[in-house]
Amino acid sequence: MASLVVAEHDNKNLSDATAKTVAAASAISSPVHVLVAGQNCGAVADAAAKIKGVEKVLAADDALYAHMVAETMEPLLLTLASQYDAILAPATTNGKNILPRVAAKLDVPQISEIIKVVGPDTFERPIYAGNAIQTVEAKLPKKIITVRTTAFKSPGEDGRAEIEKIAATADPGTAKFMGEALSKSERPELTAAKIVVSGGRGLGSGENFKLIEKVADRLHAAVGASRAAVDAGYVPNDYQVGQTGKVVAPDLYLAVGISGAIQHLAGMKDSKVIAAINKDEEAPIFQVADFGLVADLFQALPELDQELAKRGR
Amino acid sequence: MKVLVPVKRVIDFNVKVRVKSDQTGVDLANVKMSMNPFDEIAVEEAVRLKEQGKAAEIVVVSIGPGQARETLRTALAMGADRGILVKSDADIEPLAVAKILKAIVEEEKPELVITGKQAIDDDSNQTGQMLAALLGWGQGTFAHKLELEGGEAKIEREVDGGLQTVEVKLPAVMTTDLRLNEPRYASLPNIMKAKKKPIAEKTPADYGVDVTPRLKVLKVTEPAKRQAGIKVKSVAELVDKLSEAGVI
Repeated sequence: MASLVVAEHDNKNLSDATAKTVAAASAISSPVHVLVAGQNCGAVADAAAKIKGVEKVLAADDALYAHMVAETMEPLLLTLASQYDAILAPATTNGKNILPRVAAKLDVPQISEIIKVVGPDTFERPIYAGNAIQTVEAKLPKKIITVRTTAFKSPGEDGRAEIEKIAATADPGTAKFMGEALSKSERPELTAAKIVVSGGRGLGSGENFKLIEKVADRLHAAVGASRAAVDAGYVPNDYQVGQTGKVVAPDLYLAVGISGAIQHLAGMKDSKVIAAINKDEEAPIFQVADFGLVADLFQALPELDQELAKRGR
Repeated sequence: MKVLVPVKRVIDFNVKVRVKSDQTGVDLANVKMSMNPFDEIAVEEAVRLKEQGKAAEIVVVSIGPGQARETLRTALAMGADRGILVKSDADIEPLAVAKILKAIVEEEKPELVITGKQAIDDDSNQTGQMLAALLGWGQGTFAHKLELEGGEAKIEREVDGGLQTVEVKLPAVMTTDLRLNEPRYASLPNIMKAKKKPIAEKTPADYGVDVTPRLKVLKVTEPAKRQAGIKVKSVAELVDKLSEAGVI
């Protein structure tokens, strides 16, 4: 039949996670359609139409979907479900919030956070914080899937899909959006950045995170943190990399003052190159780092900043 | 109001997980088991509601083997009032768990169900959302802060970009994130008291739920291992290596 991908966006920009989810969907059931549900999100629908492999974009443009509240997304997806044998969403907080509701109403299990499509019915997914990989077979009338997008490559843009406007469904009235406090940053988004510089408890204070930020800005990198640094209040929770935070896979992950608990490693071990600076040479982070420097970060970070400046970065 | 908190018995979060050599799963023999950490946060939140006079009774439910009784005892020692053990030795998928919980909700009529956002064994992150959908209720997932006002719950949620606030009509389901609270340790007197609190024993069949798995696990394997690299001696050498690797 076909598969449907729920687009991740903020009504202005389409997240790259969508294209990566399209890549997973193409391997399961073609053609691939993308649902853009939002408010005044025409630019997002246009961007989705360009993703390679997308045949059609369904645009549900209505105030009801301005923040993709799960309770309103559920009936919309249920009206579309009969036309698809697979519905996928990136495993963002949004996708995780919405899709299990759809699966439950369709009376099928959800397959969470797939990292590989082995065949149209067979998928790999991490369990136990990435310490084991489960291969599951899902011979189901409908497959409801969230996708760990760091495991898939963006298919590129050469598409010219048609955009079809679809009507909003009724508001069940059980939940409403009240507000949000999103971190504002000039830096690239953590899950999309080519370079991530992360700090841990070793930084000792939120003030000292400026050392991390300085190096990150020189490298045009995103700033991340370990759970310990977030719990200690050094940085906001959306900086957290790890099993319970964000999963990243940049070209370079530079871990500073992070010991490397398994929960943290689960969030960054698929990075292309890992470098670590830590004063404890026994720190587990060195077991996964391609390049390790045993040093006091309070000396090493300013030195690194100068060294990068010297080389024109 | 009544609060229902489902709790799951899982491998302790400090245990290093080992995949069985026959690839059928992970080794759980002689391994320390504990309450799922997110569920501990859920119990703590319910107990705090009771201490603030906002909740009248806390019912905890565990679906699992006989030993899940210990997990219920832990929750009772933290301050829950009574437990329901739905005994099953099989691995039960989140959808079937949600169906059992729905049947329990219809019997118990809680106004708030607080679940952990995910269990740290299968990392599914589904049960709370599925339960809310089956009941036709609203949900506040990945909760960072809860405020109850009148017939509504104002829930601040941890989302990818920061925090989001939703207002959900009660009855509702809330799933906990890490920073909602810090769970207490049960005191010895409370552990003793918990031994006298009632635990009802049921089976999935009592609720008319078929728990046959719908997904087939073909195998469980070790993730690809990363090799430790080299140690560099100076910041300059680190920058050299990163340049050579073409990543800066």
